[in-house]
Order: sequence, then structure tokens, then C-alpha cells
Amino acid sequence: MLRILWLVPALPLLGVIINGILALFFERPLLLRKYYEDLEKGVHEEDSHGHGAEDHPLFHHWYRQLVSITGPSVVGAAFFVALVCVLILVKRPPHERVFQLDLFTWIQSGEFRTAFSLYLDPLSSVMILVVTGVGFLIHVYSVGYMAHEKGYARYFVYLNLFTFAMLVLVLASNYLLLFVGWEAVGLCSYLLIGYWYEKKSASDAGKKAFIVNRVGDFGFALGMFLLFWTVGSLNFSEVFPKALEMWEAGTLTPAVATAITLLLFVGATGKSAQIPLYVWLPDAMEGPTPVSALIHAATMVTAGVYMVARSNVLYLMSPTTLTVVAVIGGATALFAATIGVAQNDMKRVLAYSTVSQLGYMFLACGVGAFTAGIFHLMTHAFFKALLFLGSGSVMHALAGELDIRKMGGLKKYMPVTFWTFFLATLAISGIPGFSGFFSKDEILWRAFSSPFGGKVFWLLGTVAAFVTAFYMFRMVFLAFFGETRLSPELKEHVHESPKVMTVPLMILAVLSVVGGFVGIPPILGGSNRFEHFLEPVFEKGAELVPAAPHHFSHSLELGLMVLAVLVAAAGIYLAYHFYMKKPELPGKVAEKYPVLYDVVANKYYVDEIYHAIVVYPVYRFSVFLWEVFDVLVVDGIVNGVGRVLLGTGQAVRRLQTGVVHTYAVSLLIGAVILVGYLIFG
Amino acid sequence: MSIFGYPVLSVLVFLPLLGALFVLLIPKREEKFIKDSTFIVTLAVFGLSLYMFSRFDGGTAAFQFVEKRSWIPEYGVQYFLGIDGISLWLVLLTTFIMPVTILSSYSVKKHVKEYMVFMLILETGMLGVFLALDLFLFYIFWELMLIPMYFLIGVWGGERRIYAAIKFFLYTMAGSVLMLVAILALYFYNHRVTGVYTFDLLEMYKLNIPLKLQMYMFIAFFLAFAFKVPMFPFHTWLPDAHVEAPTAGSVILAGVLLKMGTYGFLRFAMPLFPQATVDMIPVVATLAVIGIIYGALVAMVQKDVKKLVAYSSVSHLGFVMLGLFALNIQGIEGGIIQMVNHGLSTGALFLIVGIIYERRHTRLIEEFGGLSKVMPLFATFFMVVTLSSIGLPGLNGFVGEFLILLGAFKANKVFAIFAASGVILAAVYMLWMFQRVMFGKVTKEENRRLPDMNLREICYMLPMIVFIVWIGVYPQTFLRKMDASVTKLITHIESKSQLAGDLGDLPYHERLYARYFAGDNGDE
Repeated sequence: MLRILWLVPALPLLGVIINGILALFFERPLLLRKYYEDLEKGVHEEDSHGHGAEDHPLFHHWYRQLVSITGPSVVGAAFFVALVCVLILVKRPPHERVFQLDLFTWIQSGEFRTAFSLYLDPLSSVMILVVTGVGFLIHVYSVGYMAHEKGYARYFVYLNLFTFAMLVLVLASNYLLLFVGWEAVGLCSYLLIGYWYEKKSASDAGKKAFIVNRVGDFGFALGMFLLFWTVGSLNFSEVFPKALEMWEAGTLTPAVATAITLLLFVGATGKSAQIPLYVWLPDAMEGPTPVSALIHAATMVTAGVYMVARSNVLYLMSPTTLTVVAVIGGATALFAATIGVAQNDMKRVLAYSTVSQLGYMFLACGVGAFTAGIFHLMTHAFFKALLFLGSGSVMHALAGELDIRKMGGLKKYMPVTFWTFFLATLAISGIPGFSGFFSKDEILWRAFSSPFGGKVFWLLGTVAAFVTAFYMFRMVFLAFFGETRLSPELKEHVHESPKVMTVPLMILAVLSVVGGFVGIPPILGGSNRFEHFLEPVFEKGAELVPAAPHHFSHSLELGLMVLAVLVAAAGIYLAYHFYMKKPELPGKVAEKYPVLYDVVANKYYVDEIYHAIVVYPVYRFSVFLWEVFDVLVVDGIVNGVGRVLLGTGQAVRRLQTGVVHTYAVSLLIGAVILVGYLIFG
Repeated sequence: MSIFGYPVLSVLVFLPLLGALFVLLIPKREEKFIKDSTFIVTLAVFGLSLYMFSRFDGGTAAFQFVEKRSWIPEYGVQYFLGIDGISLWLVLLTTFIMPVTILSSYSVKKHVKEYMVFMLILETGMLGVFLALDLFLFYIFWELMLIPMYFLIGVWGGERRIYAAIKFFLYTMAGSVLMLVAILALYFYNHRVTGVYTFDLLEMYKLNIPLKLQMYMFIAFFLAFAFKVPMFPFHTWLPDAHVEAPTAGSVILAGVLLKMGTYGFLRFAMPLFPQATVDMIPVVATLAVIGIIYGALVAMVQKDVKKLVAYSSVSHLGFVMLGLFALNIQGIEGGIIQMVNHGLSTGALFLIVGIIYERRHTRLIEEFGGLSKVMPLFATFFMVVTLSSIGLPGLNGFVGEFLILLGAFKANKVFAIFAASGVILAAVYMLWMFQRVMFGKVTKEENRRLPDMNLREICYMLPMIVFIVWIGVYPQTFLRKMDASVTKLITHIESKSQLAGDLGDLPYHERLYARYFAGDNGDE
């Protein structure tokens, strides 16, 4: 029965095919016709978001209705199949919850062989449910959000393709197939960020995302090579047992384990936007907002966390790598959060927030608490998708406006959007009872208590939690509370979004509230069922974990939990103080510390630094190589030799007269040389 | 002789030549008929090669469909054709790409008849090079294919076509002369050892050539093939030849002609001179890696799309060379797959460039922008080809690059690491070019009404895309047929060479000197 697993990725692929046909054979000719009509009329292109001209027949063609059905329904169906598969899997005893479905041999050469095969275990179960579940809601939402777009079918082709690629990534049974999904989601990200390709900033951002990810993939690929030539396989079912065997036999040294895991982690820093490769994610907000929700918050960017968790056995062999992962994760969590404080674009705040939350997940992995990382991955998928979709709803109502300084008082115009957004904000801030509370608290506690953890990691996480609560509530207060600062035209225009958009918001809001209940820790009277479910995946690696140096008391655990809540409350209060009670205060603070404010508001100038030390030098160097080395040096020698051989340069120039018979003569001479040479040579 | 009772390889090689004779008989003004006939001939050759493929046995490393006749007995020259798992793919690539280029050449207006005749002679020359197993015969085909290519560039090329054609000719001739000398040296050496005058390649494989002589001959062959590949720093003819050549010329140049260099290494230089091959790995691999990075960097700053693609070829073929000289099964199989890939992807890129060139008569990147809106179908094809060229998993380029790097990593980690950085750069130059040509707003008035791809253009692009996807998704079709031949090649080289390690920890150049030039090892 589990053989139906292949349907999970296959259904979105079917969507790609159907929507692809609709896009190529219906949408393309229609758009082209409209383009020429506009050209005739001398109409200049409407703004890049494609609003306006909605009465054109293009928007009433039946293909759009069909896309609206196929696009989301294939993902919905995939969710259903995934659910069935997971339920079947759960019926098995915990240690038999592994299923591998071999489809066909993909690449085989000598001793190297990888198959296209799918691997279902508790970890991939969580991932496919999140990907198809949240993915389905976002597909539905997109039907409303993208209704006014000209490239409607094209959008769903990309979105379905993304879902397919992401499912291949999380269901892959080996590193190479995982890498296929890994690069393919990157492609979809590129295509969707650059969806409004006429906008330079959009196509720039897409390109940047692809290239920065390539830098990460470079590391990932080398990691795979080293892993293969060390262990002799890339298949999960063989790599980990064999690595453990070799570890015990001493043939896999800590140095090699460190190298493999660090290289793989380079890939993770690219895909999951960690220091130093996080720079593409904020720019990725150029894409349509549902894309930001699905790809750049809920699913794709968590692939790095998934990969590290999947490779837990290897990571636990190298305390060095674990420390690096934890440091990068913790530092990113705090660093990105501070940038979020000074951004005024709603989606940019959320983007930095995502970078920061991903840092938490890596912090968890780095202290060996993979379950906590995956738990946060799941809850984050709920509340961050909701936040993005909420910002999309705001954007939809305000004709694309995203600057929170120009909003205010939206609460009364958009009640559903407000309430759902507010619940998600409570979740991300770690308010007790909401999903984010449980997962974040688990991470902080593990950072404190794990044998790989330490007080520094806990401190990083806690300070970041304070900043998180502050910037999130800053945004909520500025956007939804107080007097409205909308322009009069916008005030006319503002409206609550249609049902097709608000229903997904409500469902995600429910999940953001209750999603954490699966992982209530024993100390709060729960049994952390989530951790037990994932246990079989991590128990092999758990053997490598040294015994905890000392035991921590329950009161300490509770105390830290209370402290974390107080810290979040302090952050909220500070935001309230700054943006509700004394709205003039932020400006004064900025004036008092102009340099600091400037640096933070400009994102620490990291983009500029990268440009100055990498992009520009490489470009200049390449120009030098071409103009000096290629043209002057190599060609100079070649042409010099050529002149000597051909007698004089004059002859060459005379040949280029454009008179046909001189060509004929030159051909003849060539032929004579050749024949003579063949005979006498 | 062939198993079907007729010499299939000879028919394959000479059918295009027969076609050329037929086309010569057609009156000049019957342009349509000339084009159609040429197309049908190339299509027939492709069909025949597919039939041959269906009978090809992937389980053996021996040459198949062998035809062996004495030709000039006084000098031991034979007419000797045969195919194995290595040449199979290059033959199929050639026969596949020919009808595609002919179809793309329907827009040629100048001297149609001569053009088509040259194309057909070219096909005979190319197939002969891949099938000949007699060094003399090989050399004839090698030179034969030069002439039509020279004319194609020199007559139907762009503004600086004569310069480009002469440059192409000189480079290749310089290499050929060296190779000819080496072939003759081999011929006489073989006679001295065995007492028989022969150009039979398979007999030559059996020789144990003294080291010094091996090295000299290897260097001669190396230069001939390295010019052709082209390897850094012998690459400067390529950008000029590509830019000036007509679209079909570029497609064949990139798709097939460059492969003659890499094929030459596999068929001649490596198995004939195994010890020199093993000892020269550091030199060749270094040049290959420099080529990968250098080609990519220079491609990045090009202003002309065709030049950009030409430099990207230098980079891609660096990968192929690195794979071949990894001397393990992954590297070599990856290298062969990558030869086919490069033919498909770069060939398709030149077709793509040809499509916009025919519409705008310029290839400068700055002249375009925003074409996605005007030519959406073209944009789709272009995107797929671009992704194939940058090695996206699921498309052909990835399979080749992955296997090459996997093999190279086993052989030498440092080379593999540097080479892998070329994968990043490929994304930079291709996506940047794609962005500037296809994205943004249409700024140039001339581009506002460019027609999208027509049926003929779709017809020749579509098969390219099919194979791009096929190799990416199911490379088994291709890999399994070459196993036996590649394994045999590796065993052959390994059995006839010893690792340099036995010369102690001397620096590389001193080791080379100690082995080849110090002491008295010039004679047997």
C-alpha cells in the first residue's frame, strides 16, 4: 500500500504538465495578442504588478478557471496521499517505520550507483506533510492573490514545479537525489523571484539567489564527493550504518568527518540563508508574496535544516562542526533580528525574521537537538507562512504598499487579516500556549543543557528572542494599531481580502496556535509526542552523544522558561512604549546614535562589502584576462606567427576586399596548399 | 564486414558524399529541392545510424561492424573502419546534429548549392574521423573535414571571415603537421620492431614504445588535439571562428569538430602512449582546470553572445579533458557524456543565437533586452538550454559534470575543487547574459515586433531539448553502452604504465626529467 508514495511527487508534476500545456498553448498566444493590441493602441505597459486592464477577455478565458482548479488540487491530492502514507507508516512499530521505494537507476558508473528512489521515515513524513499541507493552503491563497496577473498559468507551473522539487528533496533516498531537489527548488525560486521579469530589481534578485546558492552548492557537491570516496555510498540506508562501522573501526577519522560535514553545511548556509550566504533571501522578496510564504519561509529555506538533521549521524561525529553550526546559527539568529528592527518594508522585516528563525533551527542542530530543530521548522512553517500571507493580504488591499510607516489602523479595515496576523505574531514571539513557544523554548533549553551546548548559545538565543518580540510588535503596532496614515486614495481602496485568501489565513492561524501541542515537554505535563515520533531517526546518532556532564534540575528548566517569557514580554513592552505610547521616541533614538542607526538600517553594508571585495574584483580581473591576456598576449603571438607564415600582413588585408574573385583565389590557394601538403607531406 | 551482409559503416560514411554528388547535379536555381534533398540525405544517415545503434552490442569492448580491406598494400595502408562504445556516441551525435543544422540552414541565401555540398562533404569527413582505425585513413579524413569547414567560415561567414578562416586553418594545420610527423614516426618505429609496415591502430596499441619517444610523440599528438579541443592557451582561434561562422558552421564546430580533439586523446594519444599520458596528467589537468576557470571568467565579460558561448566552450571542454585525464571510469564516462552534452547544449545555444541574429542581424547583448515578452516561446527554449548549459540536475549537463568531478575528485582533490568552482561561474555568465537579453523592458524599438519562433525553428530545437532531458533523466541509455570500451581503455593504460611514485619524492619536473631524459632510455 505504501507503494502509492510515488504519487506524492508525481501529482504536482502532473500539475506542471497540465498547467504547462495551458500556459504554452492558451496563455502565451493570448498574452501575445494583448501585447500587439496594446502596441497598436499605443498603450504603455501598466505597472509591473499587472493591475489594470482586467476587463480584457484574457482574464475571462476558460483556461484560467482550469488553472485555478488544477494548480491547487494536485497539491491537495498530494497532501491527501501523503497523509495516507504517513498514517500507514505510523501503524507500524516505531523501529519499522522506514520505507524505500526504488523507481529506477539514475546514474551508474563503475562502483558509483544512485537510484531514483523515495525514502519515507518519520523525518520525511513530517516534511512531506508540511510541504504539501502548507503548500496546498498557499496554492489556494494564490488563486485569489494572483487573479489579476497576466502570467497566471505560468505562475502555477512554477509553483507546482516547486512543490514537486521540494518533495523530491525531502523524499530522496540518497544525497545525490536530494541534491537534485535541492538545485531544482533553487531553480523555481529563481523563476518565481524573477516572476515579474520586466522589473530589473526582480530579475537581479532572482539571479542573485541562484548564484549565491550555487556557491553553497559548490560546497555541498564537494561534501558529496568526499563522502562517497570515504564511505563508498551516497544512499542514506547505507551511508549511516557504514559510517558508524568505519567510525568504530577507526577508518573514518574525525578530521574527515569534520571536512564532510562542514562542506555539506556550506550548502546549508546557502539554501537556508545563514551567515555568510544569507544575502539573497531579503532580496528574494521581489517575488509574489505567496512565493515568499511558501518558498522563502515555510519550505525551501528549511531544506538545509532538514539535510543537517538527516545527516545527524555524521554531524555528531564532529564536535567541531557542531560548534560551527551552533555558532553560525546563533549568530545569524541575533544578527538578522537586529536588522529586522530597522526595516520599514513589511516583507523585508519578515525576511530578516526568517533568516533569524532559521538561525534558531541551526542552533538546535548545532547543539545536537535535531528534534527541536525540526519541531521549530514545523511551527515556523505555520506562523511564518501566515505572516507572509497576511502581509500579502495587506499588500493586496493597499495596491502594493508595503511601507509600515504609511499604514496604521488597519485593524478596523481588515479584521481577519489583523487577527490572524496577530496570532502568528504571538506565536513567533514565544507567548506561552502558542506553537512557537514550545519549539523555541525547547531549543533554548537544549542550547543550555545539551552536552554540545553552552550558556553562550542560550544567551544568543534569548537575546534574539527579545529582539524578535520587539521587531514583530513594532510592525504590528505600526501597521494595524493607532491612527491610520493611509493616503486618501488608499483609504478608499482598502478592503478585506476575498474568502479564498482569508480561509487559508484562518487555517494557518489555528495551526499556529495549536501546532505546538504535539510537542509539549514533560515539565509542562506533556509527553513530547513529536520527539518520540522522530526518535527512530536520531537514535543511531544518539549513541555518539557523550553523557551529559551534569544533571539540571527541573526548577532550573522552569526558571529559564519563565525568564524567556519575561524577555519576550519585555520586548513587546518596549515596542509598545516606542510605537504606541511615545511614537516620537524612535526618531530621537535614531538621531542620538546616527552611525549605529545608519549601519543597522543599511543592513550592516554587507551587500556593499561583498560587491567591493568579490564581485567587482572578479569582474575587473576578467576584463583584464580578456583584453590583455587573450587579445594582446595569446592572439598577438598567434597573429605574429601567422604574418610570418603568410608573408606579410598586407596580403591578409588585401584579401578582405569584398570582391568575390579574390575569395575564390584565396580558396584555391588554400586548396593547393592542402593538396600539395597531402602529397608531399 | 558487417553482420547484415552490407558494410554499414561505409554506407554511413559515404552516403553523405553520394548525396553531395547528387546535389551537385541539381540546377543551381532549384534551391528548395537542393535543401530538401540535403535534409533527406542527412536524415537517412541518421536513420541508418540508429539502426546500427539498435544492433550495437554494449557488452563487448571489441570493435564492431568492422570493415578491413587492404588499400595501398605497398605501404601497409588499410581501409579499416570499426566502432566501439566510445566512438558510438560521437557518431550518433554527428548524424543527429546534421539534419538539425541543415534545417536551420534553410534560411541561407548565398550560394545555396555549394553550401549544402560542403555540409555533406563535412559529414563524411567527420564520420570518417570517428570510424577510421587506420592511422593513414584517419589522417585523410581529419584533413578532409578541414576543407569544407574552411570554406563554410570563409564564404558564408561574417565580416572578418577571412581572418577567422585563416586563423582556424593555420591553427589546425600546425597541429596536423605535428601529428603527421608523429604518425610517420610511429609507422617507422613499428616497422623496426615488428618488421611490418602498417598503419593499423590496433597493432600499434600492442607496442611498448620507449619512454623518450613516447613523450615526443605524445607531445605532438597532444598539440594537434589540444589545438582542436581547444585547450587553454591554444583557444584563441575558437572565438573568432565561431563569431564569423554561419549558424550551422558554429553548431557543427561546437557540436562535433571540437570533439575530434577530445576523441583523439581517447582513441590515439592515451592508448598509444600510456606512460606519457600518466606522467603528463599534472600538465594536462592543470591546463584543463585553467581552461575551465579562464573560459568562464572571460565569457562573463563578453559583449557578443556568440563570443560568450565560444568562451563557455573553452570552459566546458576543460571539464571534458579533466574527466578524461582522471583516468578512472567515472571521469572518462563523464567526459564522454559531457562531449555529447556539449554538442547538444552548445549546439542548441548557437541555434538560439542564430534565431535572434536572423531577426536583428546583431549579436550584441546590449542590443536586446525584454525579449521574453515579445518571444515567449523562444524564451522557454532558451531557458531550458541555458539551464542545461549550467548543469542543472535533471538535464544533461549535470550528469556529465557530476561524473567528471566525482572522478577527478578521486584522482586529485585539488584539481576537482578548482574545477568545481567553474560550476558557480557558469551560472554567473549564463544567467547574466540571459537576464540582459531576455528580461527587463523592451527598450529598443527594433525589438518590439520581433516574431516568435516559427514552425521550422521549433522543429529543429525540439529534438535537441528531447535529448537534453533524456540524458539528464535517464543517462543509463548512454552510459551502459560505453562501460566495456571505457573499462578496456583504462585497463590497457594501467597495464602499460607505472605510477610515477617509484621515482621517489622528487618534484614533478625532476621526476619527469629523471624518467624521460636522464639516463639511457631512448632506445630499447
